[in-house]
Formats: sequence, C-alpha cells, structure tokens
Amino acid sequence: MAGAYYEKIARINLSTGEIKVEPLDLELAHKFIGGRGLGTKILYDEGVATVDPLSPENKLIYITGPMTGAAAPSTGRYMVVTKSPLTGMIACSNSGGIWGAKLKHAGWDAIIVEGQAPEWTYISIEDDKIQLLDAREYLGMMSEEMDTKLKEKHGPTASVLNIGPAGEKQVLLAAIMNDKDRAAGRSGVGAVMGSKRLKAIVVKSSRIKLDNIADEEALKAATKRAMDVLMANPVTSSGLKQLGTAILVNIINNVGSLPTKNWQESYYEQAEDISGEALAEKYLVRPGACYRCPIACGRIINVNGHVTGGPEYEPLWAYGANCGNNDLNVIDECNMLCNEYGLDAISTPCTIAAAMELYQRGAIKEEDCAGVPLEWGSTKALVEWTKRMGNPETELDWLMSSGSARLCEHYGMPELSMSVKKQEMPAYDARGIQGIGITYATSNRGGCHVRGYMISPEVLGLPQQLDRTVTDDKAVWAKTFQDLTAVIDSMGHCLFTSFAMGAPEYTDLLNAATGTNWTVEQVLEIGDRIYNIERMFNKAAGMKPEDDRLPKRLLNDPIVNGPSKGMVSQLPLTLPQYYEARGWVNAFPTDETLKKLGLDECIGK
Amino acid sequence: MIEVRLFATLRQGREKVVMLESQGFSTARDIIEHLDIPAGEVSILLINGFHKTPDTEVKDGDIVALFPPVGGG
Ligand code: SF4
Repeated sequence: MAGAYYEKIARINLSTGEIKVEPLDLELAHKFIGGRGLGTKILYDEGVATVDPLSPENKLIYITGPMTGAAAPSTGRYMVVTKSPLTGMIACSNSGGIWGAKLKHAGWDAIIVEGQAPEWTYISIEDDKIQLLDAREYLGMMSEEMDTKLKEKHGPTASVLNIGPAGEKQVLLAAIMNDKDRAAGRSGVGAVMGSKRLKAIVVKSSRIKLDNIADEEALKAATKRAMDVLMANPVTSSGLKQLGTAILVNIINNVGSLPTKNWQESYYEQAEDISGEALAEKYLVRPGACYRCPIACGRIINVNGHVTGGPEYEPLWAYGANCGNNDLNVIDECNMLCNEYGLDAISTPCTIAAAMELYQRGAIKEEDCAGVPLEWGSTKALVEWTKRMGNPETELDWLMSSGSARLCEHYGMPELSMSVKKQEMPAYDARGIQGIGITYATSNRGGCHVRGYMISPEVLGLPQQLDRTVTDDKAVWAKTFQDLTAVIDSMGHCLFTSFAMGAPEYTDLLNAATGTNWTVEQVLEIGDRIYNIERMFNKAAGMKPEDDRLPKRLLNDPIVNGPSKGMVSQLPLTLPQYYEARGWVNAFPTDETLKKLGLDECIGK
Repeated sequence: MIEVRLFATLRQGREKVVMLESQGFSTARDIIEHLDIPAGEVSILLINGFHKTPDTEVKDGDIVALFPPVGGG
C-alpha cells in the first residue's frame, strides 16, 4: 500500500452479486500510470474489445489515478473506461467534482463492474465495505433529485454518481453524472451503466487524504512548484475563475472558427449574446471548483430561480451558434436538462443541429416532429427535443437520441453528421484551425477536443503562438499534446492545469507521489504507450483506417463567411505526417513501434 | 474607421466596441496606448481575425480584437 496506489481493485459482478477484491499489479500500474492508461490496458487484456457494448459482457471501469485525491492541484478526477455503444470503440470519459477523490480515499484504485443486475441496483461503498442495494424506488428520477435523496439516506459526507432517465433507457448519448453537475459526458458511458441496471454508486470514506504517498516532502515541494506556476499564469490564476471556459465563444468566433448552423457557417453574428462575458454579467452567482482546484472554472448560475451548474463553452456553442440560437437563458435551461436527464451536453445539441439541417433540407418533415418543428433557432425545439432525447418514446426521439451519425444515415445524408467515429465534434472549426483537425481525426474516442487541445498553441498562444492557418509541424505538435494529455488523464489531474503546467511539473508530482524515478522523456513515452494501447483496443474492436477521417464538409466545402472564409482542412496532408510521427502505417502501430513502447503483447494482433 | 473590439477584463472601465478614425494610428500598439491598456494586459491581438503583433500596421476598415490571456476547453 505505497506510492499513491492502494493496490486494491473491487470487481463487482452484478449478475451474480459476487464482489471480489483483487490486488493491483503495481508493475502494470507504473507502466500505464492509472486512470485512462491502466483502465484501457485492463479492458484490452480482458478481451472486452470484441463484445457487444450494451451486453452483460461489457465491463465498466471506474478508475482513479495515483494523484486522484492527493494533496496537489486539481486532483478530483476519475475516469470511466468501457467499450462505447456510440462509437463501438474505446470510451474513456473523465469527470471532476469530489466523487473520484472519495473513491480513492475509501481505499480503491478502481471498481470494475461486470454483468447485469437482475433488478435495478445501486452500489454503496464505505471504505472497505461494498454493498449492492435496491434502486427500484429511484427509477425514472432526475439525476439531481436522486443525488439529494441518496445523500439524505447515506449522510451528507456521501458523494453520489448516478445516471438519469437517459442512461436508464440506454440512450447512446447518455452521460454519467456525479456531484450533481459534473459529468463523465461522452461516448455513451451512461448507456453502458444503464445496460447493467446500475443506477448509482455512493461513496463514503473515513480517510480525508491519501496516507500512502511515497515521499511526502517531495510531493509538498512539487506541489508548491506547481502552484507557483499555476498562480503565475493569468489564465489559471484568475482568467478561468472570472469567465470560465465560456470566454472562448468570442475569441473562437473572432478567428472565424465558431461552427454555426451545423457547420454550414463559421462566424456567428450574435456570438456576443451567448458569450462568457454575457453569462458572467447576467447569470453568474459564483465560480465553482472541483476537489482541491485553485483554477475554479465552474460556473454556478441562476437559471429561472434555480441555482445550479452553468454551461461550459461547448454547450454554449452547441445549443447556441450551432443551432442558430442566441437566447442564453434557453441554453442555460437546456444545459440543466442535460444534467438532469444525464445526457452528453455536446453530442445532444450537436445532434439537434444535424436534425435542424435535415429539416432545412426537407428530409425531416414537419409532420414527423410531433408539434415541435426543428427550425433553426427555435428555443421551443431546443428544450422539447432535449427532453425527448433524454426520455425517448417515438421513433424520431429514439433516432435522435442515438446521435447524429445514425440519424443522418437513416435519412440517407450521412455527410450531414459532423462527427468522427460517430461521435460529434466540438466547438472549433478544423478548417480555420488546421492542427485541431488532426486531433479530431485521430482521437481514439472519436470527435473530441480534449485528447490533444491544439487550440492552446493555435489560438490561445500557449505555450507559444502557432499560425492556425498552416500545417507545418502540426502533426508533431498534435502527437505531443495527445501523449501529454494521456499522462495527465492517467494521473488524475484536471487537464486545465496544463494551460500553465508542463511535462516537468507533472513528472515531478508523479515521481514524488508514486516513488518512481521517471524522466520527462520517459513520462511522455508512457503517454505514447497509452495512446497506442487505445489504438490497439480500437483495432481489436474492428476500427478501419478510414475511421481516422473528418466529415467531407471540412475537406471539400470552404468556409463561407467570416475571417476564415475560403479555408478547408488540409488533413490529407497532415494525416500521413502524423502517422509517421507515431510510427504507424495505415492508422495502426507497426510491430516495431509496439516493441519500442513495450507493448509486445499486442504484436501480431 | 477602425473597429476595436475589447473582450473579457479589457472591457472593465471601457466600451465593448470602440470606433476610431484611422488617421493618427499607424500600428496596433498606437491603438492599445490610446485606449490606455497596459501593454502586458493584451495577450491576443487579432487584426481581421488573424493573430498579429502590436507592431502591425493598421488601416481604414480594419477590425482589431484585443483579449487578455484566456484559456478554456
Ligand atoms: S479547472 Fe475546472 S474542471 Fe478542472 S478541476 Fe478545476 S474546477 Fe474542475
């Protein structure tokens, strides 16, 4: 029990009710750090890649990193790792709040959930004690109400993770919620939880901090250095606290890369109405923070009298510009509905945007819409269709709740789905910002920005300003960002620390906490290894080289308005460069690359 | 005219958008000084949507957007 791991994994079989305590393989933990890396490795080794994601054979891993719950900055993060029902590939959704830290304090590195409960169940964890309890009375309940109810029952120190109605119904866009407004949002992890008839996991711990740090003094020193770096940087010391991630609406629009009306346009005239500045002026009550986070990017806002978690940049854009809507109050309301039903607040509005384009083109007819036509900017449509997707009944409800790829495919217009690997892309137009397109196309979990946030160098000038319009060196930048991100996700820090911190700070923290002696290069190599094991999971799951793609619109249709008018993505140029940097041929690692990264078990697979 | 757009904390005590006669301003730095913005507070400077340095010349019809250091995701 040393070095920031408790060396304990609980394996819970919901079919049989059996709960086994297994030791953590420490050597493996060091090789993959924890969290995202170790979770994927376990899933790969246990042959989950080939199972049906919504069958009892899929496994759902809730996993902490060595830093989760540690006395270091922004360590409230845990990961949900499973096979995604949305993409059919690896799902790995990260969330903050305090739930992950409590799970770790309770003495668990990970919980692996298998099988399918005969009746709706929830799990209660109190330190060593794990119980399976009856969840039937909570069925159909909204996420926030259930959180309150379970806290009433288990006491105010309990932290609750749960699914709402969307997860219960195995909606492919369902999220897992924790601590009311924090979400492991992407890739349909909530549907997997629903397929297991698992409604919630409540955690209580008598420990309030980690008591297994390898070198307490070294961790204190590394934490001090990290805090100094965070506090010296205006973004992490005050910028995100003042305006949250929503600050990006105006800047991304001003570089002409704010996708509008399902990416038909890239500059939104009314962006100011849905901006971080407007949100702060009209609705902000106070900033919110996850466990031990000095950055405090969270928005606690007042939505029609209800004080709750406010929208991040992504839902502001997705329910705003992308649906042609400039009513901020309605975005707040829809974001709240996503939290209540337990829906991905990126993919849900992006699917509504795709449906609005299908409606514009006459594929979806007014009579299909059950009284709420999918017109651009219709606030009624945004609210109503979010509710319908959270608790689908009709055929169109179900289609939409399955995401834009399946929806657009159904109407014979697959190119209108602005997704990669069937997961919707986020709020940056890859035609105007060349490097982010590499991240989207090669992300192992499909359309996603937090797997290699190229916006930092290409728009925000962090750590240095790159020209967003050119392709030079972007492949190598994207790879490096992807590798470092894999490390941060696996350690259990929030990715936002990386606006200020770099690989040396993370390496120091990791070494101090776990007792390893890695160099910066070795730590980045672990990131590379993690990226490759994810890729090998996808290969085993049936991924094809052509899945590393961008929607045709980004490659063939130049931007029609705003400052980036005329630009298209140069992915055909950058993708081969990226594969070369990775040591991949045709989207997959060569045997030589696998050997170099110590992934011998994957050779020939 | 030159349209100057100010964002985030740069709006405090200033307008969101300032229209300036183009005569009298040769570079973006002149505009920043005119608006009394301490040089270190501008982290991102866009002219017509593209990143530029303060030494960049400005001309009639330009849109200049100024941001403090920002991050998000
Ligand atoms: S930066 Fe934001 S999301 Fe990250 S840990 Fe802090 S409050 Fe949570």
